[in-house]
Amino acid sequence: MRSYDDAKIIAGGQSLMPMMNFRVVQPSLVIDIGKLVELDFIRDDGEDIVIGALTRHNTVAKSDMVKQYLPVMHEALKHVAHLAVRNRGTIGGSLSHADPAAEYPMLSLLLDAKIYCESVDQKRTIPADEFFAGSLSTTLAEDEILTQIKFSKLKTHTGWAFEEFAQRDGDFALAAVGVLVDRDADSRIQNVKISMMGVGETALRLHSIESGLNGQTYSDGLLEAVRESLGDFLVPNTDLHASSEYRLHLAGQLFKRNFKSAWDRATIEKKND
Amino acid sequence: MIEIKKVSLWVIVNGVVHEDLVDPRLLLSDYLRINLGLTGTHVGCEHGVCGACTILVDGASSRSCLMLAIQANGLEICTVESLGSPDNLNPLQKAFNENHGLQCGFCTPGMLMTSTEMLQKYPLKTDEEIRELLSGNLCRCTGYQGIVDAVRECARKRDAGVISIEDISPRTERSL
Repeated sequence: MRSYDDAKIIAGGQSLMPMMNFRVVQPSLVIDIGKLVELDFIRDDGEDIVIGALTRHNTVAKSDMVKQYLPVMHEALKHVAHLAVRNRGTIGGSLSHADPAAEYPMLSLLLDAKIYCESVDQKRTIPADEFFAGSLSTTLAEDEILTQIKFSKLKTHTGWAFEEFAQRDGDFALAAVGVLVDRDADSRIQNVKISMMGVGETALRLHSIESGLNGQTYSDGLLEAVRESLGDFLVPNTDLHASSEYRLHLAGQLFKRNFKSAWDRATIEKKND
Repeated sequence: MIEIKKVSLWVIVNGVVHEDLVDPRLLLSDYLRINLGLTGTHVGCEHGVCGACTILVDGASSRSCLMLAIQANGLEICTVESLGSPDNLNPLQKAFNENHGLQCGFCTPGMLMTSTEMLQKYPLKTDEEIRELLSGNLCRCTGYQGIVDAVRECARKRDAGVISIEDISPRTERSL
């Protein structure tokens, strides 16, 4: 990769190949890692679930381990692309491609994933928060490849929800929202995490909204106030598929609905939980 | 300009082994159509949206326009030619015919290959499930109802034991 300044890694090829077919990218060297089977795994590491970069979408979607410990990911995977694309596309490819309306970048932000990268002489771990640099761009160096991703298991008392709106099953989302939330002993909102996609240059974590919600008592009015303020945080694009206003509207409605579902799922933490 | 060397390819297509030297940039869809003359695989959008070029790669439906031919090295490919022949349609193709599951026929090869994997691996208990799994294949003629009817009919016959999985699976050379 160092000898060619425009080398590209291909894994499942479900993002790179369309770009090559459009001649949007014309790499002089394509390196196929599709047969590195050692990067195709889902592993239980105690506190965490570790997923190899070459794990196909369909493998993650059907994983009982993911369903049990990362139910929000299991839910979101239902929306990832179509059967034929799920059969080939990989988690590492989706993250490296960094589409602002793809599920894995958003999930990695929501779940504070750790993204493991390697070059010939260096290994490093990038927190998801520092991984996405802009639309279709990441902080991966040109000679680095993504090898695995670590997600902390959700606590059983944590409430979660994920919902997206797309024009056709499996198409890129016009907007999607994911929520994680805990209830404390006084039934107040704690440890809330909110991420969205389709409404910005990258998938987003909404830290400032989260800190405003933590410690508050749940109410419909509270959610409505957040919904009304979303325009201060989000500037969605207008394109062929939807206007900026429509995407903002979708994000607001999905936020309210998902927050309520997540809250209803959350239970008060028991001492030994 | 870098000199591009041809790369060797070993692939099983519809049960037949092919050994070739191909350009690394050659798409699998073009390899099948141009090099092997298997023009049943249709190329629609060429960027993975329409599903017309769907084939089976080691039994899993895949877009042949989103794979380089050399990525199929060592793998087993099945195209629509591995189903029934024009005068001996397989039960899935017959069901498409009888349920008006096609009109112009452009999307049909992709629809058939996707449906083949669906019938092999999924329960297909509801129309919702059938529609979700077929959602990666576009048809601009039928409005989909005839296609869903055809797949549902095959799934019911499969469940009732009227047709076996083998009847609706690709034929390899052994059974040809």
